[in-house]
Amino acid sequence: MTTTATVAPPTSTDDPSPQRRTRRRTPSALGTYLGLGVLFVVLLFPVYFGLVGSFMGSADLTSFPPKLFPVSGLHPENYANALEVIPLGRQYLNSFVVAALVVAGQLVTSVCAAYALVFLPLRARTFWFFLLLSTMMIPWEAIIIPNYLAMAELGLVNTIAALALPYLAAGFGVFLMRQAFLTFPMELRDAARVDGVSTFGFLWRILAPLTRPSIAALGVWAFLSAWNMYFWPLLITQAPENQTIQIGITQLQSVDANDPGMVLAGVALALLPTLLLVLFGQRFIVRGLTAGAGR
Amino acid sequence: MGTVASTPVRRVRHRSSSAVALLYLLPALLVFAAFFFLPLGRSIYLSFQRSDLFGRPNGFVGLRNYELLVTSGEFGRILLTTFAFVLLTVVPSMLIGLVLALLLSERIRFVRFFRTAFALPFAYSVATAAVLFGVMMNPATGAFNGLLSLVGLGPVGWLTQPPWALLSVALTSVWMQVGYNLLVLSAGLGAVPDDVLEAARLDGATGWRLQTRIVMPLISPQLFFLAVTGTIQALQSFGQIHILTRGGPDRSTTTLVYSIYDVAFANNNSNFGAGSAQAIVLLLVVLVITGFQFGVLERKVHYS
Repeated sequence: MTTTATVAPPTSTDDPSPQRRTRRRTPSALGTYLGLGVLFVVLLFPVYFGLVGSFMGSADLTSFPPKLFPVSGLHPENYANALEVIPLGRQYLNSFVVAALVVAGQLVTSVCAAYALVFLPLRARTFWFFLLLSTMMIPWEAIIIPNYLAMAELGLVNTIAALALPYLAAGFGVFLMRQAFLTFPMELRDAARVDGVSTFGFLWRILAPLTRPSIAALGVWAFLSAWNMYFWPLLITQAPENQTIQIGITQLQSVDANDPGMVLAGVALALLPTLLLVLFGQRFIVRGLTAGAGR
Repeated sequence: MGTVASTPVRRVRHRSSSAVALLYLLPALLVFAAFFFLPLGRSIYLSFQRSDLFGRPNGFVGLRNYELLVTSGEFGRILLTTFAFVLLTVVPSMLIGLVLALLLSERIRFVRFFRTAFALPFAYSVATAAVLFGVMMNPATGAFNGLLSLVGLGPVGWLTQPPWALLSVALTSVWMQVGYNLLVLSAGLGAVPDDVLEAARLDGATGWRLQTRIVMPLISPQLFFLAVTGTIQALQSFGQIHILTRGGPDRSTTTLVYSIYDVAFANNNSNFGAGSAQAIVLLLVVLVITGFQFGVLERKVHYS
């Protein structure tokens, strides 16, 4: 492995010969590692503190200056305490149910809509496309008041339905699936038609299986957004047993401000699913965001 | 069924009916109609209505809600706070993300490890990040003031002193955003063809020059994308403000979106008319930025 670096802090070299330059790169590679090291410590300190702190006792965490590692032993009971103080288990389940509904809903609505936009005969195709995409430009916060009022009028406040319903479709999902379908080889579609495959059969048995990576990417993004949402669940649920884990962990602090270990344990619990996704599903996340970032 | 279409083309001729396609569009259209388009109309309607004590629309008042907004004096401050917050969030998160992406595009060891590690903040929701930072920013026992005291500084009232509070909320937001920015920019850098870099290097471009003259223009679509989406996202920030400062101290962290919440929902205010007027302002701001984005993209397409 060479230590050649392509980026260097502005070096005042006036030597144009590339061969000689290669040899001189060791210091700049050192600089790269140094820069990465500093940023690593700074940016990952909160991650470290949050996770290690969730196993630390109050004595360590509230001493001043606070200990940065568990001096007085590990305190896994922080987790038990967090689960006891507020119905975090129930809220965890609520979050999972809402996220599952949102993922399923977005997969169905996005795949179907994109299928119509790309493969089916459709008049005013561009109009429908932009109509669906226009929802990406409407900030949710600008329509949150009427959405809240509608849920109140329908008597859906404090229900799982109210949490999931507005998110069963998303402009982003339609866009992502459309991009995936556009690259689908037309020969396969034509072959399927020759073989007499029905409209739905083509979608279900050929298109969907072959675009599975994109569908998985949409699923991951839908899950992340549903699991992480805050404003809407804050408004639409009031009783603790109807709330999601995201709202629940903010209550931990007000319940016992003197027990940061318990608060951090709650944070770690809420974080677990998305942390696993980022660690092991990163390629799906990247696939989703490159569709948005384009090119 | 078995009949062969005369010419297999992607978009079958229009004489065939759109009925089937509309059926497939229907689920998405229903959701959007119920939770986007209808509420949008109602937001506009509410913004022209007075609200009674219980938040029910109570008579057409024309532009009165907007007028009150503009003349209150408070609104200018809210917009200024919002603007400052956007700037303090978008610029640092893009700079750090860019530096990280460039450093990680080097031929170094452990790239995969570093990339995964730096992407970790992306896993944090607004609530998990804000609660975590809230613990660390605790004035008496928090880790931040603890670390500062080790070098003889502080204590800082991270969330309790007006100039610091906005910075602290922005700091939390930057931290959450950096991982995402890194992923986007890394994807952009990964798509820069190696032979372009090689050719540039053979021409004597290295280090800083190579980055600014060759690499940066090549990833300008990603930078532009992040600037626009980052701005829109910062404009919509709510959770970190609600959890960390509740818009305070002295309303110094009350941004536009927090103000909508404050007027319409906090303390049973239920002033949905005034809240809707602010919501429409938010909508217009976002639409202008999106319009700007499409305008620029349009030009870029012609350009290349």
